[in-house]
Amino acid sequence: MGAVVGTLTMQIKQRRPSTDTADDDMEMTMASHRPEGLNQLEAQTNFSKGELQVLYRGFKNECPSGIVNEETFKQIYSQFFPHGDASTYAHYLFNAFDTAHSGSIKFEEFVAALSILLKGSVTEKLQWTFNLYDINRDGYISKDEMTDIVRAIYDMMGKYTYPVLKTDAPKQHVDAFFQKMDKNRDGVVTLDEFILSCQEDENIMRSLELFENVI
Amino acid sequence: MAAGVATWLPFARAAAVGWLPLAKKTMPKPPVDSSSRSDEILYVNVSGVRFQTWKNTLDRYPDTLLGSSEKEFFYNEDTQEYFFDRDPEMFRHILNFYRTGKLHYPRHECIQAFDEELAFYGIVPEIIGDCCMEEYRDRKKENQERLAEDTEANELTDAPLPPHSTPRERLWRAFENPHTSTMALVFYYVTGFFIAVSVIANVVETVPCRPPKGSVKDLPCGQKYELAFFCMDTACVLIFTFEYLMRLFAAPSRCKFMRSVMSVIDVVAIMPYYIGLVMPENEDVSGAFVTLRVFRVFRIFKFSRHSQGLRILGYTLKSCASELGFLLFSLTMAIIIFATVMFYAEKGTKSSSFTSIPASFWYTIVTMTTLGYGDMVPKTIAGKIFGSICSLSGVLVIALPVPVIVSNFSRIYHQNQRADKMRAQQKVRLARIRMAKKGTVNAFFQYKEDRVLGDRDSDCTALCVKNRSAFEHQHHHLLHCLEKTTNHEFTDEMTYSELCMTESVGFRTSRSTSLSSQQGATGCCPRRARRRAAMRLANSTVSVSRGSIQELDTLHIKPTSIPQQTRSSLNAQAGDLKLNCGEHDFTAAIISTPTPPANTPDESLPPSPAPIPGILRNTRATAYTHDTFKISSL
Repeated sequence: MGAVVGTLTMQIKQRRPSTDTADDDMEMTMASHRPEGLNQLEAQTNFSKGELQVLYRGFKNECPSGIVNEETFKQIYSQFFPHGDASTYAHYLFNAFDTAHSGSIKFEEFVAALSILLKGSVTEKLQWTFNLYDINRDGYISKDEMTDIVRAIYDMMGKYTYPVLKTDAPKQHVDAFFQKMDKNRDGVVTLDEFILSCQEDENIMRSLELFENVI
Repeated sequence: MAAGVATWLPFARAAAVGWLPLAKKTMPKPPVDSSSRSDEILYVNVSGVRFQTWKNTLDRYPDTLLGSSEKEFFYNEDTQEYFFDRDPEMFRHILNFYRTGKLHYPRHECIQAFDEELAFYGIVPEIIGDCCMEEYRDRKKENQERLAEDTEANELTDAPLPPHSTPRERLWRAFENPHTSTMALVFYYVTGFFIAVSVIANVVETVPCRPPKGSVKDLPCGQKYELAFFCMDTACVLIFTFEYLMRLFAAPSRCKFMRSVMSVIDVVAIMPYYIGLVMPENEDVSGAFVTLRVFRVFRIFKFSRHSQGLRILGYTLKSCASELGFLLFSLTMAIIIFATVMFYAEKGTKSSSFTSIPASFWYTIVTMTTLGYGDMVPKTIAGKIFGSICSLSGVLVIALPVPVIVSNFSRIYHQNQRADKMRAQQKVRLARIRMAKKGTVNAFFQYKEDRVLGDRDSDCTALCVKNRSAFEHQHHHLLHCLEKTTNHEFTDEMTYSELCMTESVGFRTSRSTSLSSQQGATGCCPRRARRRAAMRLANSTVSVSRGSIQELDTLHIKPTSIPQQTRSSLNAQAGDLKLNCGEHDFTAAIISTPTPPANTPDESLPPSPAPIPGILRNTRATAYTHDTFKISSL
């Protein structure tokens, strides 16, 4: 009996170190990403060195490991919209930023997207927006995709709105949108139709310059 | 609250480009950032402490922040140095690592702060030197355990139920957390009571009662009042069975539930009864049946659901498993050794009670635990010597693992105390979070007020604007863009419930009804709230009569007859309330949407407010501006 108990205790003792190494592995694989050099990033994007420095400092402060995963992203984005639920829209945004579809945003992807949005040409911005709406990346925006996006945006408004949010408000909004954008009435919006329709609308054109002084 | 992630604001605003093609209205102009964009860099290195080192030193570890090109992001050209806004005390250790190749953990620092610094500088914690590694690991494990418990405590608290929970989920919650509903609490106490009853019945059953008439022998009460005890037992078992089946039904994961300790105890507690029912009244089998009744005592373990202390004890024993195992093992070794020695020492003597080695086990155990019953006593001198050695060593062997077990228990007990304290503070914390959230929301409403205010009165604007940071301006602009995208505005809960009420009575359908309702509304109810509601109704009627204000086009609004009517009617009602002002500014609000907050006044303002009496433009109006502007901005 003593031998049995003895072996039992020995087993228990040996099991503990293995759990420690499991922790070790977990710590080692906690991804740490280093971005490309400052000069390279300056060449690839439309930002200056100073602007890149500012961006990186902020980025590194929030995510010392150098990458953002979707959960953190959703939490951060939701803090700007305390009224409603921003997680669905944040999900779509995350996919739009994560161009490599790796499940995490690196600083290069972050800066590349910001470069388009803040310092890109009108066509580039519209192209980025088209990419955002085209959830499954097939080159067409279908009504379902648009409805998802619009519903996600309306979710951010929260419950307490004036006028009171009706349940078909997203649908009406999508219908109006398609009315304007879908030139050949085939039920989907292609990139060209999208860019063309946006360029015709001078309000959209004007607003596209709105966020340029963001940094 | 969003100020905590202020550095991400530029990104959030840039991503707002994604709303632009959808927006129903034109976006407002962004706030002009007049403050200098340059950073407030001080001529310091790490928060004021200058460190100097060779470049080669840093290059030794190229996969860290300081060793790679990543540090260029922190280079300040003006002062020709790298600036890091981090803790200089910690940086000392980091730099020592580059110098000596060994990372040391400063014992007085918080483990989490140290970990964060390491993560920032890109250093893996595994390279901590052996001298400090153990301390680091222990502290880290302790911290992780504490965090895990905190999150557990957070989940288990009386947080409000998710809105769409099935009855099954509700039932499970009621079982796990009896304090959530009264029914659950009642059930909790009822089961507790029945456990107690069942255990007491089991105990009393065996007490000898006075024998019935005509018999001499004392009978145990169980046999005398057999029927009564049977009924009580049946009732208890029914309750326990019912409870177990309910739990099984409500459990989110049935397999996991069936494997859990508590469920096993439940089953063991009720099985003997059912087996007894099934078993025939056979003489041979009833012997086994009697043994089964012993298991009924396990019902007392059901109390561990009700008692925190019992759970702590159980958990301690579980976590001290290795120490207990060691104790058992060493005791066993010692018992075997001493039993053998005593047996052979006492072998010769006649009428010795040490008949075999297993028989000596009893003596050894009794001696080592210092019980000393005295039913077995050595008679030879050698036996007595070895017996005394046995008792001395017994004290030592038992005393050794006990402090470990005690410290484990104390640690777990304190953790539990902490969990209870945290649960108590949870409510306060949630309230605080809610307050902070409300603060942001209210700040946004304030912003909207002031924005409209700013169109009329530049002095006031300057005052209000000064108090708010650039961050808040930009944040509010972002929220405003969202409003314009969806063509709905943010309101607070009060307003929303009022809106719902008024909408349900169909006020928005026709102008006339809305007017009459306004009059009715202002008539009977508390002044302030109703005034606001009335004016909002005026707003809504105007917006309805305006038709499609949904598009991004600018509006050309002329003071039509409709607003005048509402104005005058409300003027008749709430005498000193200058609705003219409100109406006036309402139009201003509608028109001013495409224009920026701090910019020039609108061009399309109605030129001469003819029907508005001149006195309305005086400062008296500004006394009500808060109310009126609040309405108009809606």
